[in-house]
Amino acid sequence: MRHDHLISARQLSRGDVETVLDRAAEFDAGERVARDDDLLGLCFFEPSTRTKMSFDTAMKRLGGDTVDMGTVESSSVKKGESLADTVRVVAGYADALVLRHPSEGAAKLASEFVDVPVINAGDGAGQHPTQTLLDLYTIRENAGLDDITVGIMGDLKYGRTVHSLAEALTEFDVRQHFISPESLRLPRNVRYDLHEAGADVREHTDLAGILPELDVLYVTRIQRERFPDENEYREVAGEYRIDADTLDAAREDLTVMHPLPRVDEIAPDVDETDHATYFEQAHNGVPVRMALLDLMLSGDGGDGR
Amino acid sequence: MTDADQELRVSKIVNGTVIDHIAAGQALNVLAILDIDGSGGEEVSVGMNVPSDRLGRKDIVKVEGRELSPAEVDVLSLIAPAATINIVRDYDVVEKSRVTRPEVVTGILSCPNTNCISTAGEPVESRFEVLDDAVRCGYCDELLREDLAAHIATD
Ligand SMILES: [Zn+2]
Repeated sequence: MRHDHLISARQLSRGDVETVLDRAAEFDAGERVARDDDLLGLCFFEPSTRTKMSFDTAMKRLGGDTVDMGTVESSSVKKGESLADTVRVVAGYADALVLRHPSEGAAKLASEFVDVPVINAGDGAGQHPTQTLLDLYTIRENAGLDDITVGIMGDLKYGRTVHSLAEALTEFDVRQHFISPESLRLPRNVRYDLHEAGADVREHTDLAGILPELDVLYVTRIQRERFPDENEYREVAGEYRIDADTLDAAREDLTVMHPLPRVDEIAPDVDETDHATYFEQAHNGVPVRMALLDLMLSGDGGDGR
Repeated sequence: MTDADQELRVSKIVNGTVIDHIAAGQALNVLAILDIDGSGGEEVSVGMNVPSDRLGRKDIVKVEGRELSPAEVDVLSLIAPAATINIVRDYDVVEKSRVTRPEVVTGILSCPNTNCISTAGEPVESRFEVLDDAVRCGYCDELLREDLAAHIATD
């Protein structure tokens, strides 16, 4: 890894991704290391039980331990302490920090104030690069990462997992199709980056036309609160829901992914099909985060590739 | 008429800065970026839509009693990339330079993303990476293309 911090999927080269995924595969295959002396600081400024548990588990499986800042309500943040001050204090206890924060750019800011590696575990509508790494790991395990066609469907405007994933996929030979209602299409800064990266990208409002070509279908949730009125939401949401029947038109080896939690955008009957990969995807979070923590705590940052 | 003749239409200054070759229509934005509204007592002359050999039409701004800093000149380049800066002392142009686009502008623009950490009272200055046709927030990645003048930090 070239980087001391992991802030954005945009900083991940193909080589970086492969390094992490290869290491994750070793952990997946049962490799053990003993990071007895290492402590990971968990700074979650907004609740995200699963992501936090996943990092906590990963660190403990490496043999290390975690220290938790606790909830915002119970901490000095409540008293108006700045993010910069909070992370400086926690960095004094821990060997690396995981940061989840409601504001975009929080992880970048934190990384400017501490000497230990910072891992962005989601900042507002911004980036969530470890989600991207586990998504890439899942895609690689199921479809490979070259010469494939990926469809990403749902709320593409606010879904940060989508933005990070799309940017990371430009490092690989992947045709990307984006399927969403007009009002929830990719934001222009993401389209700008994809264009700059020379990505093979197309946008659709309808899944049916493109479904048979896909190797991977990545579904995200369309949130009710994005719509001013309930009817408009109902109209739109129904069109971006899949069930086992929908997938009759898909390739037999289509991999269906979802960052979870899902609500009703993937019907339960899909779970019984061979397409369903979202629970495996969630479990992949642990080996991928183990790999990342191990690489970052080994001090490989700055070694070049 | 040459540019030099045109300049005469706007009164000569004794000491200060002449910003020439501003894209037509941008003069007021240039003043906004420099936070000049005349309330500081400085004498300001503005020429708008004057003919120019180089630009067809251009704007020109003269500020008496004020020399621009390099940081101010840098940010001017975002809205007036063809501008030339003449520093005048005792009626003579003592320094003439073109603006150049910086790689980064710090502390001058404020991020329009209301959820950006750089606008949340943290101990940092705003920072924007300058791209070919836009600037990008160094914290939240927000892109700014048009109307940069509307995002000049006022504190
Ligand atoms: Zn910003």
